[in-house]
Amino acid sequence: MNAKAKDNNLHNTLVYIRQHWQLYVFFLGPALILTIVFKYLPMGGILIAFQKYNPFKGILGSEWVGLKYFQQFLSSPDFLQYLMNTLKLSIFGLLWGFPMPIILALLLNRIASSKIKQKIQLVLYMPNFISVIVLCGMVRILLSVTGPLNMMMGTNINFLTIPAAFRPIYIISGIWQGAGWASIMYTAALANASKELKEAAQIDGANIWQQIKAVEWPAIKDMVVIQFILQAGNIMSIGFEKAYALQSDMNLASSEIIATYVYKKGLLNGDYSYSTAVGLFNTIINVILLITVNKIVEKMNDGQGL
Amino acid sequence: MEKTLTMKKSEFARASIGDKIFLLTGYILLGLFVAAIIGPVVYIIIASFMDPITLQNKGIVFDTSKWTLTAYERVMTNSQIWTGFFNAVLYSVLFAAISVFITLLCAYPMSRDDFKGKKIFNTIFIITMFFGGGLIPTYLLISNMGLLDSMWAVILPGSFSVWNMIIARTYYKGIPTELREAADVDGANELVFFFRILLPVCTPLIAVLTLWQFVGMWNSYFDAMIYLNSANKQPLQLVLRAILIQNEPDPGMIADMQSTAQRAQLAELLKYATIIISSLPLVVMYPFFQKYFDSGIMVGSVKG
Repeated sequence: MNAKAKDNNLHNTLVYIRQHWQLYVFFLGPALILTIVFKYLPMGGILIAFQKYNPFKGILGSEWVGLKYFQQFLSSPDFLQYLMNTLKLSIFGLLWGFPMPIILALLLNRIASSKIKQKIQLVLYMPNFISVIVLCGMVRILLSVTGPLNMMMGTNINFLTIPAAFRPIYIISGIWQGAGWASIMYTAALANASKELKEAAQIDGANIWQQIKAVEWPAIKDMVVIQFILQAGNIMSIGFEKAYALQSDMNLASSEIIATYVYKKGLLNGDYSYSTAVGLFNTIINVILLITVNKIVEKMNDGQGL
Repeated sequence: MEKTLTMKKSEFARASIGDKIFLLTGYILLGLFVAAIIGPVVYIIIASFMDPITLQNKGIVFDTSKWTLTAYERVMTNSQIWTGFFNAVLYSVLFAAISVFITLLCAYPMSRDDFKGKKIFNTIFIITMFFGGGLIPTYLLISNMGLLDSMWAVILPGSFSVWNMIIARTYYKGIPTELREAADVDGANELVFFFRILLPVCTPLIAVLTLWQFVGMWNSYFDAMIYLNSANKQPLQLVLRAILIQNEPDPGMIADMQSTAQRAQLAELLKYATIIISSLPLVVMYPFFQKYFDSGIMVGSVKG
C-alpha cells in the first residue's frame, strides 16, 4: 500500500510537471543552468587543492598529494598573520562601523524640519555611489605626502606605507562611505515608530534620553540585533577590492588578507593548488560561521531562518 | 508640514535645559559628519582646477588666475576614459537587465505554494550562498569555457543572485491572490500571466533590483581585472585604477611634458579631474532614484 501511495505521488508529480512545464523550462531554467555551471562546476574544481595540479594534465591526470598544501599553509608563519589581518580588519570594522548608522538614524529622527532632513540624507547617501577605486584614489590623494592632511599638520608622513595606519584608514573610509547608506533602514523603521507613544512619553515629561529608550530603541531593536548577527557571520568574507586598492608594498604587514593572498599566490604566481587550498580553508570557516549565525537568527525569529 | 514645523520649534523652546544640550550635541555631531563628507569632495573639486605646481607647494589658493582647465581637457579628450565609460555602461546595462530578468523569472515558481520540487531547488540555490568553489576553480572554469577576455566572463557568473531571488519571492507573495485567481479564470498561461499581470504591479521591486545590480557592476573591478586583458575591453574602474591607484595614466595624457617632474605633477592633477568626471554620472543621477530607496528598504526588510 505504501508503494502504491508512492506510485500515486509520483504520478501526481509527473502530471503536475507536464501541466506546468513552463514553470520549469522558462522560469526556473535559466537560473538553474547558471547556478549549476558557475556555482556547482567550480565546486568540483576544489579537488585541485588536494592535487599537484598541472593545467596540461587537468584534474583527472594530475597527481594526488592529499593534505600537503593545507599543512604547508597552516604551518607557515604567514598563515597566522594573514588570518589575524583578515579577522582584525573585519572585526574592528564591524565594532567601529556598526553603531554609526544607528546613531545617524537616531539623530536624523530628531530633526524637526523634513526639508532639512532630506537635504542631509542626500549628502549622507552620496558616498555610497562613489566606487571603491575612486574612494581609494581620494584616500591616497588626501593622505599623500604633499596632500592636505600633511599640509594641515605640517608633516611629511606617507600614511599608506605605515602598516599601523592601514586599518584605521580602511575603517574610517568605510564609515565615511557606508554609514549614511546603512542608516536608511533604521531611519525607515524609526519613521514607522508609533507617534502616539512618543507624544505620550513627551506629555509624561520624559526627557529625550528616556524617549529614545522607551520609544525609539524598541522600534529598531530587532533590526539592530539581526543586522549585527548577519554582519558578524560575514567577517571571513571581507572583500578583496578595497583592501587590494589600499595596499602598498610597505603596509602588507597589516594589509595582506586571505582574499588578496589567494589572488596573488594563485593568479599572479600560478600556484593553483596551494591557493585553492587556502581559499577552501577560508570558505570552510565562513560556512561554519554562517550556519551558526543562521541558527541564532532562526531561534530569534520564531523558527524562521534565512 | 508647516504646522508640524512650528509645533516642533516650540517643542525645542519648551525642552528642558538637559534636552537642549542633548539635542545641540546631536546636531553638532550630525553637522560634523556631514562636513566630513562634503569636505574632501569640495577639496577635490577645487584642487581639480588648480595649477599643479601651486597646488603641490601651497595647497589650495583662491587666486583664480592660477586656475586652469588643463586637467579636464586632457581627461575629456583621452580615448581610454571614453572607452572605459562605454564599456562600463555596456556591461552594467547588460548585467542589470539579464540579472534582474532571470531573478524575477526564477522567483515566480519559487513563490508558488503548489510548485513541485520547490524544496529541492531552494536547497540547491541556498547552498551557493554558503559555499563556493572559490577564486581559482572559478577562474579555471571560465578559462576552460573559452571565456577569458570576453565580457560574458564578467557578466554571466554573478548574474543570478539568490539573495535578490528571495527578495523578489517575498515581494510576489505579498501580492493579493485574487490577481492570480483572476488570471486562472481567464485561462491565461503562465508566461502571459507573468508578463501581463504580475510584472506590471512589481515596478518598485524591479526598480530597486535594477539599481542595485547596475551600481554594483559599475563600481566593481575585480572580475574585469582577472578576466579581461584587451585594453579596449577595460571598464571605467580599471582605467581609473591605472590613473588613481597605480599612478600609470595613459602615456598619451602626459607625454608632451618636458621633464619627469612635470609629468608627475600633471599625472597628479589628472587624478582630481578623473575622480570628478568619473563619479559625476552616478552622483548626479542618484537623487532622481531616491524615491525608490524607501520602497527598496521595505522590499529588502521583509525577508529578515
